[in-house]
Amino acid sequence: MKLQLSCVVQGRSRLGVLKGLGRTGQHSLEVPGCLLHTQLGTVPHLTQDTLHTMSNLPSVSQVTLSHIAEHQEALEEFKDGFRKFAGLHDTVLYCSLHDPATPCPTGHTTSKTVSVWGSGGRIELTVAKFMALQKTVQPDWYQSMADGETWPKNTSRKRVRKSVDRSLAHLDECLLVHHKSQELESVEVFGVVEGGDILEERLRSARETAKRPVAGFCLDGLQTGCMDQALRTQLITAVTTELPEDKPRLLQGVGRPDEVLACVEAGVDLFESFFPFQVTERGCALSFSFHISPELAVPALDEERDTAGEALQNGDLSLDDQTQMTSFEINLKDERYRDDFRPVVEGCGCYCCKNHQRAYLHHLLVTNEMLAGVLLMIHNTTHYHAFFGALREALANDEMDLLKRRVLGERKD
Amino acid sequence: MLFTLILFRVLLSALTKYPVSRKGRKTRKTKLPLHKHTPSGKRGDDIRPKPPLHVTCSTWLLPESCEADVNTSENIMSLKKALSAASPLTLRIVAECPVTKARACDLILPHSAVSTPVFMPVGTQGTMKGITVDQLEGLGCQICLGNTYHLGMRPGPDLIEKANGLHGFMNWKRNLLTDSGGFQMVSLVKLSEVTEEGVKFKSPYDGKEILLSPEKSIDIQNSLGSDIMMQLDDVISSTLKGPRVEEAMHRSIRWLDRCIAANKNPDKQNLFAIIQGGLNVELRKACLDEMTQRDVPGFAIGGLSGGEEKNDFWRMVTLSTDHLPREKPRYLMGVGYPVDLVVCVALGCDMFDCVFPTRTARFGSALVPWGSLQIKHNQYAKDFQPIDPDCQCPTCFRHSRAYLHALFKSDTAATHHVTIHNIAYQLTLMLSVRRSIVEGRFPEFIQTFMKRMFPSRDQYPGWAVDALASVNVTLE
Repeated sequence: MKLQLSCVVQGRSRLGVLKGLGRTGQHSLEVPGCLLHTQLGTVPHLTQDTLHTMSNLPSVSQVTLSHIAEHQEALEEFKDGFRKFAGLHDTVLYCSLHDPATPCPTGHTTSKTVSVWGSGGRIELTVAKFMALQKTVQPDWYQSMADGETWPKNTSRKRVRKSVDRSLAHLDECLLVHHKSQELESVEVFGVVEGGDILEERLRSARETAKRPVAGFCLDGLQTGCMDQALRTQLITAVTTELPEDKPRLLQGVGRPDEVLACVEAGVDLFESFFPFQVTERGCALSFSFHISPELAVPALDEERDTAGEALQNGDLSLDDQTQMTSFEINLKDERYRDDFRPVVEGCGCYCCKNHQRAYLHHLLVTNEMLAGVLLMIHNTTHYHAFFGALREALANDEMDLLKRRVLGERKD
Repeated sequence: MLFTLILFRVLLSALTKYPVSRKGRKTRKTKLPLHKHTPSGKRGDDIRPKPPLHVTCSTWLLPESCEADVNTSENIMSLKKALSAASPLTLRIVAECPVTKARACDLILPHSAVSTPVFMPVGTQGTMKGITVDQLEGLGCQICLGNTYHLGMRPGPDLIEKANGLHGFMNWKRNLLTDSGGFQMVSLVKLSEVTEEGVKFKSPYDGKEILLSPEKSIDIQNSLGSDIMMQLDDVISSTLKGPRVEEAMHRSIRWLDRCIAANKNPDKQNLFAIIQGGLNVELRKACLDEMTQRDVPGFAIGGLSGGEEKNDFWRMVTLSTDHLPREKPRYLMGVGYPVDLVVCVALGCDMFDCVFPTRTARFGSALVPWGSLQIKHNQYAKDFQPIDPDCQCPTCFRHSRAYLHALFKSDTAATHHVTIHNIAYQLTLMLSVRRSIVEGRFPEFIQTFMKRMFPSRDQYPGWAVDALASVNVTLE
C-alpha cells in the first residue's frame, strides 16, 4: 500500500491515490475517498446484478467482524478466505471490527478482550481469537483490535487513558502474531488512534501508534453522535499533525456530507460509506447538490427545502439520533411524492433514476415492498460516491469553497 | 387449421361489417406480424371509422338484462365473436403431445410473445418481491401478475393511469395479467358481502364501504392496462358444497357478461372468463357450456387450489380442459407447485400463477429438482455447493449454500438471491416441459421428473399417478 499525494490544499486537505492495493497490488483508491460498506460482503439489499448497475464503485469493500465472527467455523472449513466464500471477485477486502451502521452496546470490554455483536449475540474476542479470525478471513488489510469504548458522553479521563493503553497493547500483540503468520504475509494492518475527546490522549495515541509498523491509521471514537464537529475538527487536526504524511487516515463512523467536508479539511483521507445505507433504511433518498458548474447544479430541490428545514430545526443537536433525517435527503414516504413522476434526482444516471419515478418509490415505501430498499440503496450509493468524486475534483481545481457553498449553502445555520 | 381460422374471421368480418384487421396501434408496434392473419387488401386502406364499441355494448348488455340476452340474439353473439376475433391475442399451437393433453403454444400478447406452458410469477403490488424489472426480464420472464385489489387500494387506479398504466408505473416492458380483485376480497377482507351487484367490503385502510362490481373491477383493470384481465367471479371456498356453489357459478356467468360489456379497451386488453362450479361435475359442465359460448380470448379454471382434495382438483381440471376450445389459452389459477405444474400441463393447461416460489423464498426455501432446501437450516452452514449445481441462475452461478445461509442472518439480499433462484427454477422447469412437448418426448420427461422429485415410486402422490394415468402415462 502506497499513498501518492498529488497536492495538499491549505496545508491539510490531501488529494491523491492509494496505490498497490490487493494481493497483487493492481488496485488503487483515490483519496479523499470512501470504502464500499457491506454486511457480510453484501452491499445491503443488493445482489451482484443490482450492485453492478453502478459503475465507478470503490475498489475496496469493507467487511466487519461483527458480521463475520459467528461464521468462523464455516470459514475455517472453507479455507479459501472470505472473499471467495462471499462470491466476491475483484475487490480489495478491508476487515474492521464493528459495523459503523449499528452502534454496539458498551460495558463488555476488558483489558484482554473486546466484544462484537452478531445476529446470535455477543462474541468476545481476545487477540488470539481476533487474529485467528483474520487468518480465516484473509483480508487484504485489517484494523487492529482496539478498545474504542470512549464514545459515550462523559467518559472519564481514566477510562480514555485505559482505552489508549489497551489499544496500543492490542496492536503490539496483533503485530506479533501477524509477523509470525505466513498466511498474513502480504496483508496490511491499520493501527487505531483512540483518545476520546481528550487532546493529550489523542496525541499520545497518535504518536505511539505511528511508531509501530502499520500501513495506515483508523481514527476511532470520533463518530457522529459523540461530539460536535468543531471538537472533532480540532482533535483530528491535532492528531493528523502527529501522523506521517505518507500513510492514509481512515475516519470511522462519520458519513454526513457536511462532516465529511470538514474532516477532509482536517486531514482525513478515507471514510466508511455507511451513511447512504442509513438514509436508505429510513426510506429517504440523497438529493443534495454537489455540482459546482452552474449548468449542472440542480435547482429542482428548492421546493423540498422545507422538509429538510424541518429536520434542521434541531440543528446539530439532532446528531445524537442517527436515525433522524438530515438536510441532504428527501423523505419519499411523504405524501407529496405520491403523484410525482420525476426521477429521484433529475439528471442522475443511476439505475433507479433512469428507470423509476418518485411516485413508484413512494408506493414501494408505503406498501413496505422490498424493492424500495434495493432502488434507494442503488441511488444513495451512487449519489454518495459521486459526491466524493466532486470533492476530489474541487480539491484538484482549488474550488473547495465553492463546493462547500453548494453542499452546505442550503443550511442557513 | 390456420386457413380455417382466417376464413372464419373473414366471414365474421363480412357478417358483422366490421373489419377484422386493424391498423397497427402504438402498443402493438413491436409485435410479430407473422401471427396476425390479415385478409389481403384490408391492411392500411381501411379508412372506415371504427364503431364506438363501448357505446354499442352498454346498450345491449345492461347488468339487469344480462341473463336473458345471452342466447337469444344472434346479432349479439356475432358481434361478440367479432369483438373477440379482433382481440389482441393470438394463440399458435406449436406442438401437441400425442399421448397426453399437453400442448406447446406461442401466445402473442400486446407487449410480447409468451411461450407456453408458462408459469407467471406474482408481483402483487406492482413489484416482484425485491427483484428489479431488469432482473426479472433477465430470467426470461415474459408475463407476470399484478393484483387488482392491492393496486386498486394503493396507489389507486387514477395514479396508475397517469403513470401510463401498470407497465409505465413499474416500468415493465413485457406482459401483465391482472386478477379481478375478487379473490383477495374474499380471502383477505373478513367483512365482505356478495350480492348480485358485486362484492361489498370495508376498506382495511380507511374503513370506508366499497363495492367491487364487475364494472368496477374492469374499470380498474382498464386503468392498470394489463394485457390480460380477469373477469370478476363469485369466489367461494373450494370445499364448499350445496346451493351456494350453484349460485356462485350462475352469478359468475352473469358477471362475465357484465365484464365483457364494461371493457373499454377490447382492442388492447384481453378479458378472460373464469370457469366456476366448485367440485361438482354437473355445475362445472354447465358453466363450461355457458362460458364457452361467449367468445372471450381465453379461459381460466377457477375455484380450485384452495385446499380441496387433490383427487377432486385434478378431475375438475381435466373436465375443464376437455370442454374448453382448443384454439384458446387455458389458465389454471393459483397453481404453482412443481409437481402440480407438470401434471396439469399433461391435463392440457397452458398458463399458471402462484405466489409459492417467491413466498417460500422469503422463508429461505430454495426449489430444486429433488424438492427444496431449507437454506436457514444449520446443515447448510458448511455446505459450499450452489443451491443446485446444475442450475444456471445468477445465484447458483456465484453463491454457495453456506454463504446464503450466513447472509440470511445479516441482510435481506439473501431473500433476493433465493427469490431469483426460485423464479429461475419455475421458468426453467416450464421451458424444459415445453421443449419436451415440442420434441415429442413429454411422457418420458414426466417419468424423469417424477423419479428425480421423489426418492421412490411408493412416494408418488396417488392423485398424480391417477391424473397421469388418465392421460395415458403410467408412472414407472
